[in-house]
Amino acid sequence: MESYTVHDYDVLVIGAGGAGLRAAIAAIEKGARVGVVTKSLLGKAHTVMAEGGMAAALGNVRPEDNWKVHFRDTLKGGGMLNNWKMVLNYTKEAPERVRELERWGAVFDRTPDGRINQRNFGGHSYPRLAHVGDRTGLELIRTLQDHAVKLGIHAHMETTIYRLLTDAGRVVGALGFSRQTGEFLVFRARAVVLATGGLGRIYQITSNSWECTGDGFSLASMVGADLIDMEFIQFHPTGMVWPPSVMGILVTEGVRGEGGVLKNSLGRRFMFDNIPERYKGEFAETEEEAERWLQGDRSARRPPELLTRDVVARAIRKEVNEGRGSPHGGVYLDIASRRPADYIKKKLPSMYHQFMKLGNLDITKEPMEVGPTCHYVMGGVRVDPDTQATNVPGLYAAGEVAGGLHGANRLGGNSLSDLVVFGRRAGMAAAEYAAQQTGPFQVDEAQIRAYIAEALQPFNNPQGENPFALMKELRASMQKNAGIMREESELKAQLDILADLKRRAWNTSVSGSRAYNPGWHTALDIRLMVEVSEAVVLAALARKESRGGHARLDYPDPDPNFARINHVIRRNPDGSLSVVAEPLPEMPEDLRRIAEAKDLSELSEKVGA
Amino acid sequence: MPNVTFRVFRGDRQGGELKDYSVEVQEGMVVLDVIHKIQAEQAPDLACRWNCKAGKCGSCGAEVNGKPTLMCMTRLDTLDTSKPVTVRPLKTFPVIRDLVTDVKWNYEVNKKIKPFTPAPNTDWIMYQEDVDRVQEFRKCIECFLCQNVCHVLREHNEKTGFIGPRFLVRTASLEMHPLDVENRLDMLKNEGGIGYCNITKCCTEVCPEHIRITDNAIIPLKERVVDEYYDPVLSFFRRLFSSKKRPEAAQSAADD
Repeated sequence: MESYTVHDYDVLVIGAGGAGLRAAIAAIEKGARVGVVTKSLLGKAHTVMAEGGMAAALGNVRPEDNWKVHFRDTLKGGGMLNNWKMVLNYTKEAPERVRELERWGAVFDRTPDGRINQRNFGGHSYPRLAHVGDRTGLELIRTLQDHAVKLGIHAHMETTIYRLLTDAGRVVGALGFSRQTGEFLVFRARAVVLATGGLGRIYQITSNSWECTGDGFSLASMVGADLIDMEFIQFHPTGMVWPPSVMGILVTEGVRGEGGVLKNSLGRRFMFDNIPERYKGEFAETEEEAERWLQGDRSARRPPELLTRDVVARAIRKEVNEGRGSPHGGVYLDIASRRPADYIKKKLPSMYHQFMKLGNLDITKEPMEVGPTCHYVMGGVRVDPDTQATNVPGLYAAGEVAGGLHGANRLGGNSLSDLVVFGRRAGMAAAEYAAQQTGPFQVDEAQIRAYIAEALQPFNNPQGENPFALMKELRASMQKNAGIMREESELKAQLDILADLKRRAWNTSVSGSRAYNPGWHTALDIRLMVEVSEAVVLAALARKESRGGHARLDYPDPDPNFARINHVIRRNPDGSLSVVAEPLPEMPEDLRRIAEAKDLSELSEKVGA
Repeated sequence: MPNVTFRVFRGDRQGGELKDYSVEVQEGMVVLDVIHKIQAEQAPDLACRWNCKAGKCGSCGAEVNGKPTLMCMTRLDTLDTSKPVTVRPLKTFPVIRDLVTDVKWNYEVNKKIKPFTPAPNTDWIMYQEDVDRVQEFRKCIECFLCQNVCHVLREHNEKTGFIGPRFLVRTASLEMHPLDVENRLDMLKNEGGIGYCNITKCCTEVCPEHIRITDNAIIPLKERVVDEYYDPVLSFFRRLFSSKKRPEAAQSAADD
């Protein structure tokens, strides 16, 4: 019989990106015995790829900034579909979390008077992003890693979780395996925090690391946790579309923040033609005004290149569809003709090096060829806005895998501070819950045996399919049928494809030993990926409108009937998924006034709530 | 483009051999693309470590035609593809499987470095010019290529008395932090083994983040250690008469 090793923890954190590490730190500080599981080596999580910065209303560059303006900006960006209580917790707490990182050793870029500098980003009314050049994510994860090491973190590196373990409706641990050896591991835990990140790898063109296979959504859903708003997937407007080997890699919004402009193949700067009604009056209407803004003239309005990501992505898509795209299906992003070479190298060093090294392209001399790439999922596991508890006792979720904060669309820079604000809350709440569970550790041996047999099945199935080929099919079909622009017939076709892939995901074949076997890892990844893909497609079918990150060709406009609706994706007793529309929690009147303020001066700290 | 032969190490802790794969390559590919193509089409159990494929995570280090590099940052058009391209795992660390090596020693070393310790009641004011150098060091993505080429670790396997360039850089980032008050010189001199470094700059050459490891981190730290522990005049003569061409001599001169 297959053997396994058992580890006991008060709190098991699954994922070691920003949210997972922050959760682990919070739980350790509460006195819990904490184990962290990561599919990769420590410090390699997708968080390292975040470039632009972390949003927090520190008010270091513009003293007028405060949580209320950040609250309003976040809700506006999210189409008011955000969970207002999460946004409140988030905007009030983010500055303290950023200062905390500095106390733990993060070295942010500085203002002339020696404080944390903040930069402009799309959708933010003021320069708000604390940053470190264009490697803010690396700074965040390294700081958290160092601090966690200082506190004595126990990390199981290169370990994959295959299933959560339950007992009488509670989550009591997880079953996984060491990627290095193939040995099975049972984690018995009094509480589990999911911090598994996003799902970008279900798409063909994505900025996401290999790890972002959507595990957390599927693991949670399989034990009965609700998912919400899975239709809202953010396609970053500017991913590289050439050369092919780096397709999907992001060009940070910082390039536009620093003055980069978008042009079509006719050389026209097309964003001026694409300012939506709701943003009219807030953005520059002429190139001359945009130029003055760039030179620091505070009476000028910002350039339309800094509109929210959904708006920019759709504008690019329109240029391409109408035949004004670049040779490789994108548009041009030009900073070379706008800023001196030295300035570009100083302000955007990794961008410069990345393009030079990977594409043999000098961005100080030539424009970049960019287009939309799957970047982020706004939806996720439904959580309590204060504790990050899911509807399944013992299970918590934080970071990208949790839904609610970002509504229909996330503002750039709002994810890194999301990780630390809600990672901490999840870790604290999980540790408190764990402390109340005083009985012996309970796991069901039969459950463990069944999952181990399932996981090993591809080794005993010589006639099965190649898991890599199956993966390619899944990603290509999701890209085509459930990508940036959706319509009913394609979504329905995708449901059929997924039903087929789901069946085939249980009929793959792998060979070789269990030690570090990527074929086996892929075979198991697919089983979870088809589940989360189905949740995305079902939610997209149900939302018959276009809003935020979700665009339907057959319903191109926002529909008021959907304006205050969350889609809850729930697992039925027979294992199938259904989508239920539920009204959003009602926002208190004082907060609604803040969210709907027309004039930023109304939001000065001296007035209002 | 034509087929290219890739000669890839296949094996584990017990040993292994180079195996040839013929791969149809496309313009714009990097070495990691080829490895993935071999995995998907010819050898599904070929192990390699990677995360971001964008030069930001530092996971996919390997030795391509003998040169330590990130596979995701190595374009095929920089290699002579008329001949077989050899891909081997990093030599300094034990092989787990194929191109994946066991780098856990690095994580153990990291734990020995005293963490960031700010002065009590600091106002957290720091000027950009005071943090530029620290920010350079903090660019490190922990690819461990510097550890891999450092001959103290690579040729002499000195993993008990030397922490290697990566952790000298990390120590420098703490020692040069304007608000840190901890002292790590004793660690550098003793278990850190900074004296073993004899400034061959191999680490600096392979750093994908272009950190000037030797000039900006290691040499200033060596100077601090010397200032702290050795008679400056005597140490001046020691350095004057040591030879870079004789590593043993340089080593003992700096290490005693």
